[in-house]
Amino acid sequence: MLSIVDLHVRVEGKDILNGLSLEVQAGEVHAIMGPNGSGKSTLGYVLSGREGYEVVSGSATFEGHNLFELDAETRARAGLFLAFQYPVEIPGVSNMEFLKASVDAVREHQGLPPYDAVTFMKLARQQSASVSLPPEFLKRGVNEGFSGGEKKRNEILQMMLLEPKLAILDETDSGLDIDALQVVAEGVNARRSDENAFILVTHYQRLLDYIVPDFVHVLANGRIVKSGGKELALELEEKGYAWLEPEVA
Amino acid sequence: MPDQINAYLDSDYEAGFVTDVEADTLPPGLNEDVIRFISSKKSEPEWLLEWRLKAWRDWLKMDEPRWAHVQHEPIDFNSISYYSSPKSLEDRPKSLDEVDPELLRTYEKLGIPLHEQATLAGVAVDVVFDSVSVATTFKDKLLEAGVLFCPISEAVHLYPELIQKYLGSVVPRRDNFYAALNSAVFSDGSFVYIPKGVRCPMELSTYFRINEANTGQFERTLIIADEDSHVSYLEGCTAPMRDENQLHAAVVELVALKGAQIKYSTVQNWYPGDKNGMGGIYNFVTKRGVCHERAKISWTQVETGSAITWKYPSVILRGDHSVGEFYSVALTNNFQQADTGTKMIHMGKNTRSTIISKGISAGKSQNAYRGLVRMNPRAEGARNYTQCDSLLIGDRCGAHTFPYIESKNASAVVEHEATTSKVSEDQLFLCQQRGIDPEKAVSMIVNGFCKEVFKELPMEFAVEAGKLLEVSLEGAVG
Repeated sequence: MLSIVDLHVRVEGKDILNGLSLEVQAGEVHAIMGPNGSGKSTLGYVLSGREGYEVVSGSATFEGHNLFELDAETRARAGLFLAFQYPVEIPGVSNMEFLKASVDAVREHQGLPPYDAVTFMKLARQQSASVSLPPEFLKRGVNEGFSGGEKKRNEILQMMLLEPKLAILDETDSGLDIDALQVVAEGVNARRSDENAFILVTHYQRLLDYIVPDFVHVLANGRIVKSGGKELALELEEKGYAWLEPEVA
Repeated sequence: MPDQINAYLDSDYEAGFVTDVEADTLPPGLNEDVIRFISSKKSEPEWLLEWRLKAWRDWLKMDEPRWAHVQHEPIDFNSISYYSSPKSLEDRPKSLDEVDPELLRTYEKLGIPLHEQATLAGVAVDVVFDSVSVATTFKDKLLEAGVLFCPISEAVHLYPELIQKYLGSVVPRRDNFYAALNSAVFSDGSFVYIPKGVRCPMELSTYFRINEANTGQFERTLIIADEDSHVSYLEGCTAPMRDENQLHAAVVELVALKGAQIKYSTVQNWYPGDKNGMGGIYNFVTKRGVCHERAKISWTQVETGSAITWKYPSVILRGDHSVGEFYSVALTNNFQQADTGTKMIHMGKNTRSTIISKGISAGKSQNAYRGLVRMNPRAEGARNYTQCDSLLIGDRCGAHTFPYIESKNASAVVEHEATTSKVSEDQLFLCQQRGIDPEKAVSMIVNGFCKEVFKELPMEFAVEAGKLLEVSLEGAVG
């Protein structure tokens, strides 16, 4: 599904990713862990097409497309989703309006007609209940005045409605209480299937108690320095990153 | 700002065509003869000619206002023609069948069908083309309810007492430089009178169009709502694209007698000039209403056009318990400049006013809010609430706020809130990451920002205003 080969990325003249390679197959859940400043967020942004992330060399192929040839909205429509670490507010634009515009844009790309308002409203209410967001959150401005946990649940709601093939969750667990963390995990687990894949970017093993990954990777200095199964996360929890020092250095 | 947005340039001004009609246009220049000519064209009574000439003499002694946050070359008032009338209207048509088909097509192109059976249900339209009113629809139906709606040039003959009593009663002849000029040379405009206790059975609307080159439009609108009556009035404006600047200096006077309510909505889409700041309308307008006891005047404006906008729809809250409202969206793009806002003059006890202003600046434009709230000594218990929000798109535009508060009554309460925000890269990227293209995202964000004002507009206008913003924003980010 996603194949990243020897990716080098520069941000504001600084090398952030230095030869990162990663293969993600349909049906897999990959966790990416690593110390601060190792390039975890950069990976999510460069894959989803944010401006200001300069690809120096290397490639990323998603479902047979060269990702770097597509603009950000086309990547999203093709099924690549990024849940933001700090979801931004859009005052005055109702969540419902935003969700519908978004879902309709993806449907148009798939050759499907836009939802009629009533059908969509039903669907949105249903899904927002499943992430424990009361229906009035659909009427409020996008993330406007939402608490940290509500913003993250809103991200998961967007993911459920858009049904992406590959979802990258950028530290979605940070700053969440245990209830919200469970809601997020349930959302991801409900969408796990042979056709979908996930990349979980996280600092903490805690999330991985709820979403059990197939692979765990350690990112340091812009490169994956160690990969393993779910037990690697436990080891990291216990020992920190220091024991990887030779690799990290 | 993301580069891909820079690509959305070349917005098209859809109303920019010229209609090829034969016109009687006065040669450029302003002098006493011109005023006598306009007055005689309209066979005005002697008193009105005198009134115009007094205004003209006052104007000669006045200076152009310089305090607005706008810049332009000095205007040569002698290079403008002060009267232009399509030839076929020399003898004013008695019915729509006699209107030049070319003119009717112009309005159809603009989306304003003038045949009554085709018009929007429930909206009566007066149409002003350059210096003359070309058609007023549903006149008879309105007359049944006692509502008078006709060109002001006709009202002078039909309802001389009302005109003599109220013309210049809210905006005096020498109120300001442009109002004095208008008083001297005004050509046409709409007149409305709603009798006591009548709720006007339909929305009234006037559509202004400048067609001739080098012509100014100086219309004058007078709306009188008698005691306990109610009227909603809409105004729309467009002009062809031309390289030179054209002047539009209108005066609108509203009189809301005891218990009356007037809702006045404007969607202003005068030609804004091209991307490089060439051409466009100078929109220097004086709009003011007076509220008697318990009366209410509400101004709603969506300003997307004009090279320069200088306009402060105001309310004098003369009567006790009267209410004034001002809801405004002003959008500037490219090289447009706007200095707009309102004045709320609280004279009566327990008077209330609300000001909601939304300024959007894009491109290299400058957008200023200027508002005065004055609490006079008698204004016991008066209240004002002002909310003034600015939204910036890109980093080469400017937003400015000039609030003036003068309170001479200790019991009066004035609240002022102001915010400035930017359409951020984060917001745009969130939209794109959810599959929404950047142009649609900008328009969604801006529409969200304006929501409080749009909900004040009559339904058809709210839809039009939303679309207009979208068109005006094309190429907004750079």
